[in-house]
Amino acid sequence: MPKKVVSIVVFPGSNCDRDLDIAVQKYMNVNTELVWHDDPNIKNQEMIFIPGGFSFGDYLRSGALATKSPAMKEVIRLSKKGVPIIGICNGFQILTECKLLDGALIDNYKRLFICKENFVKIENKNTLFTKNIHKNVVQFPIAHAQGRFYTSEDNLKRLEDNNQIVFKYSSRDGKIKKSENPNGSMNNIAGIINKNKNILGLMPHPERAVNFSEDNDGISFFIGLQNFL
Amino acid sequence: MIKINKRIVSEHGISEEEFKLIKEILEREPNLLELGIFSVMWSEHCSYKSTKKWLKTLPTSGKKVICGPGENAGIIDIGDNEAVVFKMESHNHPSFIEPYQGAATGVGGIMRDVFTMGARPIANLNSLRFGSPKHPKTKQLLSGVVKGIGDYGNCVGIPTVGGECNFHESYNNNILVNAMCIGLVKKNKIFYSIAKGSGNPIIYVGAKTGRDGIHGATMASAEFDDHSEDSRPQVQVGDPFMEKLLLESCQELMKEDAIIAIQDMGAAGLTSSSFEMASKGSCGVKLFLDKVPCREDKMTPYEMMLSETQERMLMVIKPSKKKSTLRIFKKWGLEAAEIGVITETGNMEIFFKNSLVGKLPIKPLADSSPEYDRPSEKPFIKFKKENHKNFSIKSALIKIISSPNHSSKKWIYHQYDRSVMCDTYFSSEQSDSAVIRVHNSTKAIAVTCDCNPIYCNSDPKLGAEIGVAESWRNLIASGADPIAITDNLNFGNPEKKEIMYQIKEAIKGIKTACEALNYPVVSGNVSLYNETKNKSIFPTPVIGGVGVIKNISRSKGLRMNEGDKIFIVGNSHGHLELSEFNRICNKNYGSPPPLDLKEEIKNGTFVRNFIKKHNSIVTGCHDISEGGIILALAELAIRNKKGLNVKIPSNIKNSKNWLFGEDQSRYLLIVNNEDTIKKVAKKENIKLQKIATVSGDKFCIIKKFEISVKKLIKYNSIWFENFIEK
Repeated sequence: MPKKVVSIVVFPGSNCDRDLDIAVQKYMNVNTELVWHDDPNIKNQEMIFIPGGFSFGDYLRSGALATKSPAMKEVIRLSKKGVPIIGICNGFQILTECKLLDGALIDNYKRLFICKENFVKIENKNTLFTKNIHKNVVQFPIAHAQGRFYTSEDNLKRLEDNNQIVFKYSSRDGKIKKSENPNGSMNNIAGIINKNKNILGLMPHPERAVNFSEDNDGISFFIGLQNFL
Repeated sequence: MIKINKRIVSEHGISEEEFKLIKEILEREPNLLELGIFSVMWSEHCSYKSTKKWLKTLPTSGKKVICGPGENAGIIDIGDNEAVVFKMESHNHPSFIEPYQGAATGVGGIMRDVFTMGARPIANLNSLRFGSPKHPKTKQLLSGVVKGIGDYGNCVGIPTVGGECNFHESYNNNILVNAMCIGLVKKNKIFYSIAKGSGNPIIYVGAKTGRDGIHGATMASAEFDDHSEDSRPQVQVGDPFMEKLLLESCQELMKEDAIIAIQDMGAAGLTSSSFEMASKGSCGVKLFLDKVPCREDKMTPYEMMLSETQERMLMVIKPSKKKSTLRIFKKWGLEAAEIGVITETGNMEIFFKNSLVGKLPIKPLADSSPEYDRPSEKPFIKFKKENHKNFSIKSALIKIISSPNHSSKKWIYHQYDRSVMCDTYFSSEQSDSAVIRVHNSTKAIAVTCDCNPIYCNSDPKLGAEIGVAESWRNLIASGADPIAITDNLNFGNPEKKEIMYQIKEAIKGIKTACEALNYPVVSGNVSLYNETKNKSIFPTPVIGGVGVIKNISRSKGLRMNEGDKIFIVGNSHGHLELSEFNRICNKNYGSPPPLDLKEEIKNGTFVRNFIKKHNSIVTGCHDISEGGIILALAELAIRNKKGLNVKIPSNIKNSKNWLFGEDQSRYLLIVNNEDTIKKVAKKENIKLQKIATVSGDKFCIIKKFEISVKKLIKYNSIWFENFIEK
């Protein structure tokens, strides 16, 4: 049987597309099609990834310009049909800018770019994105200047009530503490899903946690995504 | 037309002698455009006129050298049809005037040097020197430079994996920002800057030309005074997004058989790129400046030729590929234009509004730039008389690990994306050199930058030798075979005899060490006039070393496990002069530790072979440098959050000398089996001493003191945050 094909949307300024492409092919056992931002057609709709980077330089708010591209208009349309979509880092920022996900990602608390390994607790294992990750706490690198999740108190409550908060920054043993929050995110939020549970956005980079060791946590993240196929 | 008079000539930084030579070359008076072109081409920055004579003496070839100095960057062969392209370059003057943009454009420039040659950049490093933390500007400069480096590299998506950052009052008004980039290229896909083929079109691509940075190269060739900050308009502004587009579009174009020659427009912009390409190919050039994409209205030929707007490339392409070339640039949303043509005349002919506005012979201008043998004289170093202080071993250790120069640099490296591209195996806080995997292979590149200006100030030759040896040692400690270096020579005003002495001696030192270690210099950069109000920086010849690791699983970091034993390889004589220890005691005089290059080779070869042959026995490796044995051990304890029991050998009379001495050519090897290493060392007649066991959670020097590793970590981690947030 030929391998299934998933799409990765690439913008001028994306810089995690190669890393994501490699991780997806290797651990989801699929082929990929890189969709250039000005392409209004996304042929392969098994799953769509929006990679990290600095789309259009992100000189405006991160992700703001990318929302205007033809490929993103198509992503928005397909999202309504239930196509699974994952935005990582800049991809998450783009998804919130498109209003496909709630909230906004604003300047880190200390207003500095931050790159480090961080532990992340899986808050909701009852999603197709997360149910096959065998650990409860995973370690992923983060690398962003605008990753502080922010939303209104009402929205936050709704996200909590609907179990839409999927990832939270935590200690190694899964404690959600202020000291483990690298960027000042509300309630340590690192990743959320939409109400229909087909769109995931997260700031940490699972695609950077698949190298050099067989027990890196990104591997089980991508293997788990085979749930959708 | 502006009449060229003495004032205009001297404002262009051209001496009377040089002006005479210009008139001889042209056989007439130059016009203003031509004078401007001469001034940038003959500036110290572009022509190396004060150092050329000495740089020529450096060893630059070797079995693994594919391309030595003279091109955009140096290239070494790493086998399997792969090559590594690398270079280090300074952006000192602009970074002092405008730290964020100065540092950012430094990173941008060096990456362009690397990807111009066809390579994909795989890592950035930087060597930073700031003034005393007490100096009112230091905090702002540090914040701006680090943010500038981070924002640029992060956006382009190239990991910033290491470097060094030090503070010393000699840099109070002249900080140093040296950026290094390494890239990877297939050996048969290297691009050079040799223009060829009469009639071939010259394509300009990238950012539109503005009035920024006009005479930047001339600025970088002058001393600072009270008004230097008025030079701000000469500092260029970086656009990392544009750089990313240039990188990707050039990589795409390079897959096609289109490019004949390519060069980035760095210092002296369109002038130096066009002259250098034509000069290397011994051809002529016609430029039509009306075609140059301009950002501002009414730009003059003078401004266009001298602008240092960033993120621009110039290339000569095959006429048949013009269409596809322009199509690729269009895809990436880049402005590209055909602005000239290669000729056979050997002249640069510059046209504007249908008239010839400048005509210069290329070869004489590029090749017969002045070369000076400036007088030199050994300076007399006056030492400040200061009251000496006394420290116990414990308090000295705490003082050193919590000092600006030896505190954890977490605040800095957290701002750098180190994990993008997924090939960073060790960034430089994890190992003596950064280790980057060669994508899709088991090979890796190790890279480090090193310099000890304190040593260099006292003895520039020995100091530079030590810099080279330390970089060699750092590569070996990471498990690599050292291959070659790039150097970034930062000094004061070469027109002063004592500075010229430092320059000549430092180059001699590099030559001596590189020859002995079979470690050629394949690229480099010189930054002179690092002076303000007559006060020079310490001589700072920074060495960027590159090595290869055949199997990445054999690379070594600062790792140790409970129960491991730590051995010193090499002789410890207890040299304290100019050591960290003596400096905290206010004893700032004396000589650097002696360096025996034969011993360096012997010990290095032993460690290198031992790691290769007994990989599973070696948990980690660390060189011993500033701060001596005790600092190297404390760094291991802090890094691993593990305790150590350190035993001072019984024959040691003065434990402070032994613990803090900075004798050269030494390593710490962390092993899980004592017998093998003892046997091999004995057979090879290597001085080996067991000094510590990994155990518990306390850092303990037996019979002296102990301190919890937790406390050590705290002392080591507070300085930066306190300094920045205060």
